[in-house]
Amino acid sequence: MTKNIMIVGVGGQGTLLASRILGNAVIGAGLDVKVSEVHGMSQRGGSVVTYVKYGEKVQSPIVDKGCADIILAFEQLEAYRALPYLKEDGRMIVNNQKINPMPVITGAAEYPEGICEKLAEACDLTVVDAAALAAEAGSIKAVNVVLIGVMATSTDIPYEDWIATIRSTVPPKFVEMNVKAFDLGYHLKG
Amino acid sequence: MKKLMLGNAAVARGAYEAGVRVVSSYPGTPSTEITENIVQYEEIYAEWAPNEKVAAEVAIGASIGGARAMSCMKHVGLNVMADPVFTVSYTGVNGGLVFCVADDQGMHSSQNEQDSRHYAKASKIPMLEPSDSAECKEFTKLAYELSEAYDCPMFLRLSTRVSHSQSIVELEERRGDALKDYKKDPAKYVMMPGNAIKRHVYVEERLRRMQEYAETASINTIEENGSKIGVISAGIAYLYAKEALGDKADYLKLGMVYPLPEKKIIDFAAKYEKVYVIEELDPVLEMHCRSLGIEVIGKEAFTLLGEYTPRMIAKAVLGEDGGKVTELGEPIPVRPPVMCAGCPHRGTFYVLKKLGLNVCGDIGCYTLGAVAPLSSIDTTICMGASVSAAMGMAKARGDEFAKKTVSVIGDSTFIHSGITGLIDIVYNKGINTVIILDNSITGMTGHQDNPTTGYTIRGEETKQVNLLTLCKAVGVEHVVVADPFDLKGFEKVVKEETQREEPSVIIAQRPCALLKSVKYSGHCTIGADCKNCKLCMKLGCPAISIKDGKPFIDESQCNGCGLCTGVCPFGCIKKED
Ligand SMILES: Cc1ncc(C[n+]2csc(CCOP(=O)(O)OP(=O)(O)O)c2C)c(N)n1
Repeated sequence: MTKNIMIVGVGGQGTLLASRILGNAVIGAGLDVKVSEVHGMSQRGGSVVTYVKYGEKVQSPIVDKGCADIILAFEQLEAYRALPYLKEDGRMIVNNQKINPMPVITGAAEYPEGICEKLAEACDLTVVDAAALAAEAGSIKAVNVVLIGVMATSTDIPYEDWIATIRSTVPPKFVEMNVKAFDLGYHLKG
Repeated sequence: MKKLMLGNAAVARGAYEAGVRVVSSYPGTPSTEITENIVQYEEIYAEWAPNEKVAAEVAIGASIGGARAMSCMKHVGLNVMADPVFTVSYTGVNGGLVFCVADDQGMHSSQNEQDSRHYAKASKIPMLEPSDSAECKEFTKLAYELSEAYDCPMFLRLSTRVSHSQSIVELEERRGDALKDYKKDPAKYVMMPGNAIKRHVYVEERLRRMQEYAETASINTIEENGSKIGVISAGIAYLYAKEALGDKADYLKLGMVYPLPEKKIIDFAAKYEKVYVIEELDPVLEMHCRSLGIEVIGKEAFTLLGEYTPRMIAKAVLGEDGGKVTELGEPIPVRPPVMCAGCPHRGTFYVLKKLGLNVCGDIGCYTLGAVAPLSSIDTTICMGASVSAAMGMAKARGDEFAKKTVSVIGDSTFIHSGITGLIDIVYNKGINTVIILDNSITGMTGHQDNPTTGYTIRGEETKQVNLLTLCKAVGVEHVVVADPFDLKGFEKVVKEETQREEPSVIIAQRPCALLKSVKYSGHCTIGADCKNCKLCMKLGCPAISIKDGKPFIDESQCNGCGLCTGVCPFGCIKKED
């Protein structure tokens, strides 16, 4: 069976790096993997979606509706938008940040109320204050690594492979901070 | 060594391993990272050309000169380079020559959804189509072998999901990159009628031989699972089909999508009760099958539009519905891309909207000036069309209309194909005003240098095309440089230049806010004395939204560019450090 992971967020939030860390951690564990990324137009503050699939043999790089084992959302509205992709028994992990999209800014639409409450009723949900944990680790920029840490507990990839991947992906002077950020996510209660 | 690689990076690796020496491209999503990845291989000369036609011609020249060469572009880039492509099919090659063209099913970053396979057929150039990164590398190398063996340029067709997906690739060594001898051979390389007539004979003969090759090519594979359903597919669509149908179907996977192995297809199809052709976009394979008299199911079961998914294929072929989908039914606001906080284009469009001008737009980050609240672009067709279409509008509707109309075009796009339109305006006595949005970089495709930035693809300093002298040199007498963040000054310049009875150019100069050299600091705040006039909301800045009925600046989104401080008529917005 392949494991299907979907990472969603807003262009510029660092979802691409998150999917690359995930992809490399998997390859470290010796599995087949495909990572589908988004480049170009939508990176300019639009909705961005990346997929990571791994297992014995992975065919297509995309995740269909109703097929994601895990959705890692960097932003609440994007989590809400991605819900149809979650498997019935899938896990949704949401960073509690909210970023208004342009139609909300211009007043043409409203940002839905109580997204986390609605999601909690619809699926297995973990809400993370990733910004606070990242700040605790030493940099607000480590939000993506905190979230990866939370997600790591739902995969069968060994802890050591994650740490090794972080060490090989981020610049040396940020390794300790990022490992700390990962740990804070990994050991999150909830 | 095994490595997780983007499809585009794998194509670059394939070029490296194949001994490629020269790569010339123009950026375009989803093809850009091929050439960006070439840069890491010091053995390869790489460049960003001003446009795809130039890029293709540089690659053609390198091939005739004896080197293996490559040019990469997005699907619409192939339109721009089509002219040399059709004729290099006749000349053939010396060193192997491969054109990598990336289609954009689903239009993630494009203005249309054209299917580049039509070009292979029209130009009689063979086309290979990989499904994943490992095949990207393998097919690239094969393309060079075929190119030299058959004296033929080759297409490698990619798509967004192949170009931008990472999968595992096994790295190999680079083969020698010896230059082939250069021999003068006008009968082969000088395409005037007398020679071209003979080369056309060769082209048809070559196509026949390529078709023979296709019959036994190792990249056209059959997978038998003892099913009654046969599937003919290629590229990314094959992986969707495989995931959806698994061993419930047999497959003919075409690694070469032009020319097609007709006998192989006929033999394969004969074995099944039902044969499906599964291909995104146009029914290219399907029509070919039908022309061979094969009964297939194609577009009656699948859409002509956008991307496919495994779920869609399972439904169409097996009637299976797939896992449960949870929808809560509440409308969810869309999140279209927006100009970044600090984007220099924002000032320009704020002014154009305020003045109520007609705006012929072009392609780049600034195309986002078409969306609310800036909503100020009337047309976007293709790169360069802003300038020439405004000329046409003015000729249709007269000078008074021209004075209420401007063209907006980015620096890279202006060099790509705007300059020729400007020459048309000067030569044919137009009076248009062209605004060049000079943000010192090719923004939309992710910060590539271009002839106006003063740096090469490898970041080396080089001569910089001076836009001001360039415009003057073609005969525009009124060329003004203005800062789009000086809203009052910029407005004055636009008013003055549009009123002229002669052509004029405004160079709106301010670098992209995402460039490392740009250092805005601090952030802006709206004071308690805010009169709630909401003028600042007209900027469409992602950092400014309404909170508790009043405009509010989200510090985490604001980069302190300060544009909004000049918009507030009451001076209530202040910049803090
Ligand atoms: C023929 C063609 N080639 C390439 C592209 C891809 N593309 C879209 S916009 C653009 C360049 C944008 O740069 P610039 O004009 O400097 O504007 P900016 O995005 O920096 O505002 C490119 C290469 C295209 N749409 N059409």
